[in-house]
Amino acid sequence: MSATIETLEAMERPPVSMASRLQGELLEVSMGPQHPSTHGVFRMNVALEGEIVRKLKPVFGYLHRNHEKIGENTSYLGSMPYTDRLDYFCSMTNNWAYALSVEKLAGIEVPERAEYLRVILAELTRLQNHASLLGFLLSDMGAWGTPLMYAFREREKILDLFESLAGSRMMCDYMRFGGCRVDPSDEWLAQAKQIAERFPKFLDEFEDLILGNEIVIGRTQNVGKLSAELAVNAGITGPMLRACGVNYDIRKVDGYGFYPRFKFRIPLGEHGDTYDRLMMRALEMRESVQILKQAFAQVQPGPVMNPKAKIRAFRPPVGEAYGHIEAPKGELGFYLISDGSPNPYRYRVRPPSFINLTILEDMCLGHTVADVMVILGSVDIVMGEVDR
Amino acid sequence: MIGTGILKGMAVTARNFVGSYFEKDRLITVQYPEERVPLPENYRNFPFLIYDGNDSHAGLRCVACKICEKECPPQCIYIVKSDDKKPDYMGKPQFYAKVFDIDISVCMSCQICVEVCPFEAIKMDKEFELSQRERFNHLLLRKNDLAKSNEYYHRIHPVEAASVDKGLADAAAAAEAKKKAAAEAAAKAAAAKAAVAKATETKPSPDALPPSQAPS
Repeated sequence: MSATIETLEAMERPPVSMASRLQGELLEVSMGPQHPSTHGVFRMNVALEGEIVRKLKPVFGYLHRNHEKIGENTSYLGSMPYTDRLDYFCSMTNNWAYALSVEKLAGIEVPERAEYLRVILAELTRLQNHASLLGFLLSDMGAWGTPLMYAFREREKILDLFESLAGSRMMCDYMRFGGCRVDPSDEWLAQAKQIAERFPKFLDEFEDLILGNEIVIGRTQNVGKLSAELAVNAGITGPMLRACGVNYDIRKVDGYGFYPRFKFRIPLGEHGDTYDRLMMRALEMRESVQILKQAFAQVQPGPVMNPKAKIRAFRPPVGEAYGHIEAPKGELGFYLISDGSPNPYRYRVRPPSFINLTILEDMCLGHTVADVMVILGSVDIVMGEVDR
Repeated sequence: MIGTGILKGMAVTARNFVGSYFEKDRLITVQYPEERVPLPENYRNFPFLIYDGNDSHAGLRCVACKICEKECPPQCIYIVKSDDKKPDYMGKPQFYAKVFDIDISVCMSCQICVEVCPFEAIKMDKEFELSQRERFNHLLLRKNDLAKSNEYYHRIHPVEAASVDKGLADAAAAAEAKKKAAAEAAAKAAAAKAAVAKATETKPSPDALPPSQAPS
């Protein structure tokens, strides 16, 4: 695993030998891209002094798929299934962000029922994303299997809902410009409501399982501290930013969709360490359940698709638009420039995982190699979104 | 006290372990090849082509308009239009696809071909056990592999197929009514023309055409 790596040439020192390592010199280790805890093909070049990380350089691009260029070469509708493949845990929110920016670009209205459905699906996505994230994080800490399997059991129920509505468990491809593709039946809504109402029971159990655990506390508190100032300057968004105590949630700030109609609170952290980030996800899930309950009470029958919206030969007017939403991982935005042709002139994704990953080094310095995995797990990355 | 948190977690694990014997909620895994969960109505996998009746060539609804080929995001559809025409399900002569290939190793099951098809000719299948021994040829489905009967479609998507059939029947009825109305209108126009011709015949004018050259 150890080797001299060209990419850290800035450090300028002779090759590391065993003797010099014992004298306290730096040792370079390449972690990944086939490391089980790096959540995909992510690689870190780490310079170690003993067990302590002195320098860390993230290397990515192993999963680059030319997403933005493909988006510029297919029609507006054709990019919709590709957005599922960005953050494959939350395809519903990806669909929403893309549909939102195209609707802004072309000025398409969305019917009321479709807006409620979008909120419901986005919050269900948030529940399953955060639940599986906590499972993965515990798995990175060495609690192999059990918490992850409990989280996946809940995720499974939500994925079954997605499957019976959109036809696919993860690649939903459900939203369209001007609404949603399928109108859910009343049975589907009743089933979803039941799952949302039973979710707090799972949360109680899961919090009993992990949040009071002394080993979890020892591994996460005061590990990977991030100051609010640095987080704001680096453009961090989502639960990571709120764990530092910065009150910024696009659902409140921008009020897209029907979020202004719901009553919910934004949980805030204080220390900005890994434990706060973990807690933030647990608390956000409870707020999501509150939003879901209100949405199920308010949703009314009606059309789910704007009849004026075109499926085929869709050409938005010349212009540009940026639509962003609060995805489970942070601010997900799509920036589109239209020149009046059937495909966008410029198609840009602002992925939360990628930007949240940029300050990994600042969080990891001074911690041990084992802590790097925990900190990386708490950032909540999906490589499909980082590399695009 | 140190250790209470761990004990609490252990209690949760024990509750789940014991509960998995009694509560269906706590043990949701299925022993797959022997035991199968029924697929939901909306489940989709790969596209297939629909034909009416028994003949997979004569009844194929596809008219090779190539819209799906154009709209397919990963471009996995390949169509060659025929030179001659065959009657479609409404009896109108239409082109048909001489070649219709879908490379399902490229297809990403996005359902856009289904949404853009104006003839209800392509639909999503539910078949998911598609492993093959050959890497290239066996995953390239030809027209014969893709053509499946309308009964099969009714079996896998009962609700959707019923509404599609109703829409097609309505369209056919509307076309029939339109045809009838057009025929009636034509008959009426012909009658009126005949009356006019008769009137002109009885009162000939110098610029009127002789009856043999009058338009019928």
